Amino acid sequence: MTALVGAESLQETALRIRRHIVDMCAGPEGGHLGGSLSSADILAVLYFSVMNVDPGAPADPGRDVFLLSKGHGAIGLYATLAERGYFPVEELATYARPGSRLMGHPVRAVPGVEMPTGSLGHGLALGLGFALSARLAGRANRSFVLMGDGELQEGSCWEAAIAAAAQRADNLVAVIDRNGLQLTGHTEQIAPLEPLADRWRAFNWAVREVDGHDHEALREALASAPWEPGRPSALVARTVKGQGLAMVAGKPNSHYATLSDRMHARLARALQAGDR
Amino acid sequence: MSATATRTAYRDALVARMALDPAAVCLDTDTGLFSGVDFGDAAARYLNLGIAEHTLMGVAAGMAASGWRPYVNTMAAFAGARALEAVKIDIAYNALPVRVMATHAGVSAGHLGPTHHALEDVAVMRTLPNMTVVVPADADSTVALLAQVAELPGPAYVRLGRKPTPSLPDGTPPPVLGTIQRLRAGEEIVLVAAGPLPVLAALGAAEALAEDGLDAGVLHAHTLKPFDAETLVAATGHARLVVTVEEHWPAGGLGSAVAEELAERAPRPLLRIAMPDRFVDTVGGQEHIVAEHGITPAGVAARVRARLTATDLP
Repeated sequence: MTALVGAESLQETALRIRRHIVDMCAGPEGGHLGGSLSSADILAVLYFSVMNVDPGAPADPGRDVFLLSKGHGAIGLYATLAERGYFPVEELATYARPGSRLMGHPVRAVPGVEMPTGSLGHGLALGLGFALSARLAGRANRSFVLMGDGELQEGSCWEAAIAAAAQRADNLVAVIDRNGLQLTGHTEQIAPLEPLADRWRAFNWAVREVDGHDHEALREALASAPWEPGRPSALVARTVKGQGLAMVAGKPNSHYATLSDRMHARLARALQAGDR
Repeated sequence: MSATATRTAYRDALVARMALDPAAVCLDTDTGLFSGVDFGDAAARYLNLGIAEHTLMGVAAGMAASGWRPYVNTMAAFAGARALEAVKIDIAYNALPVRVMATHAGVSAGHLGPTHHALEDVAVMRTLPNMTVVVPADADSTVALLAQVAELPGPAYVRLGRKPTPSLPDGTPPPVLGTIQRLRAGEEIVLVAAGPLPVLAALGAAEALAEDGLDAGVLHAHTLKPFDAETLVAATGHARLVVTVEEHWPAGGLGSAVAEELAERAPRPLLRIAMPDRFVDTVGGQEHIVAEHGITPAGVAARVRARLTATDLP
């Protein structure tokens, strides 16, 4: 079921996802550019190298489940799902246009989207629900939840983290897109999260840290979960907001962008040229 | 007239249902309702998630989306307020078959105070698309309604009490989900009530009004959403006055539902009897608090008489 692709192909896939993200930000409403680019590599690795999914049977009970808890990264998820074959890539051009099913936060109408998300702090409990379901049914499938680091300021994340550890849900994997930025600035200046990995450890999760743009490191960590029997896994993925575009990388104002034609062309060229 | 708590009736009914329905799961938030309960072969399908109401709703949504039928347990005050966003987005938006079983509703938490009173829950749940809202009036109606709620394809909110409340009169037939139940015939004054003590207050008030020579009927509106407007309109066609009685704040509950339907379809003079629009800061058990605010047979009858003499009704 899983389409395993090689390292070179994974790089190309991630680049195509980034191109789609930039294109969607040039649409009528713009889009969440920075946080979508920061999680593009994580999504590429999950969907093309780790998760057991089949676009032809999106509701297969044995599938691995993915939840984009940081729902504002929707355009990255749409790009990934389209590339993976859940719906035609051409449909991405309808993003945020009247009549489109591609809304600014993921909705269930989009093939491959398990649950609507975007109000922050919901994904981990949902993921735990899928994980407990699999366990009760005696299935081995896993539940992956991609969380934003700013999102961790929502208390419900930690409520779910306690419950997941208490339930010994080791088929649940949280990936934290640790890009260090939120809408108005640096997470550490607004509401500090460090020591982030230690916090998850203190909640009795198995924890690893990884370069969130290193495909091989991501693949190794995600494919090998659960890392400890009886413990859910948290992968702190150190990322750069706006990764892939030097012009916006690491800048808080990349959070949301409505690209003019000129800027769109410029960023598209920069991506093409491998401006990393 | 026996007295059993609606939550106790629910607990026993759920334990029986868990044995029959292999897809049923019981998710708890350390409410204590299931302490010492023997789920037998279904024990693995009882999960106590801790004091975590938002997580409860999210986990239930994930499980319902995976094919399970979760019964989730918390207090009404937390289901309708603290966990509301998860109920709205994770459960109602997805139209998932999650049963939100909310105990300690109204002022049934009594002396525990306004933090534990739930006088907004019906209003809140009634606004959510896809949600069925049910308010049983005694143990028997709880069991009957739960069996019907269990068959719904979508979500439901079931409002339960805490301590024992008297049962409806002997011979009351089982309620049918979604259909207003006529407990007492009478067309001049039509009392519409929901919940254990309000329904009993309405029945007693109708009796008292009948002694005054008024033809008073009682409707049991156990399903607040979808609301049975047809029966309401048909039963109130000759009414001088329609009266609603509920253990809820005035905004958004039974009185609002009846007002909305009548205003749109067949306007009638309406008297809404509810808990006053303020927090109940005095100590007292449920019956004490409710009685203090006029939700008793005598209290309701007095309000009706005052309204009849104070206004120029047709």
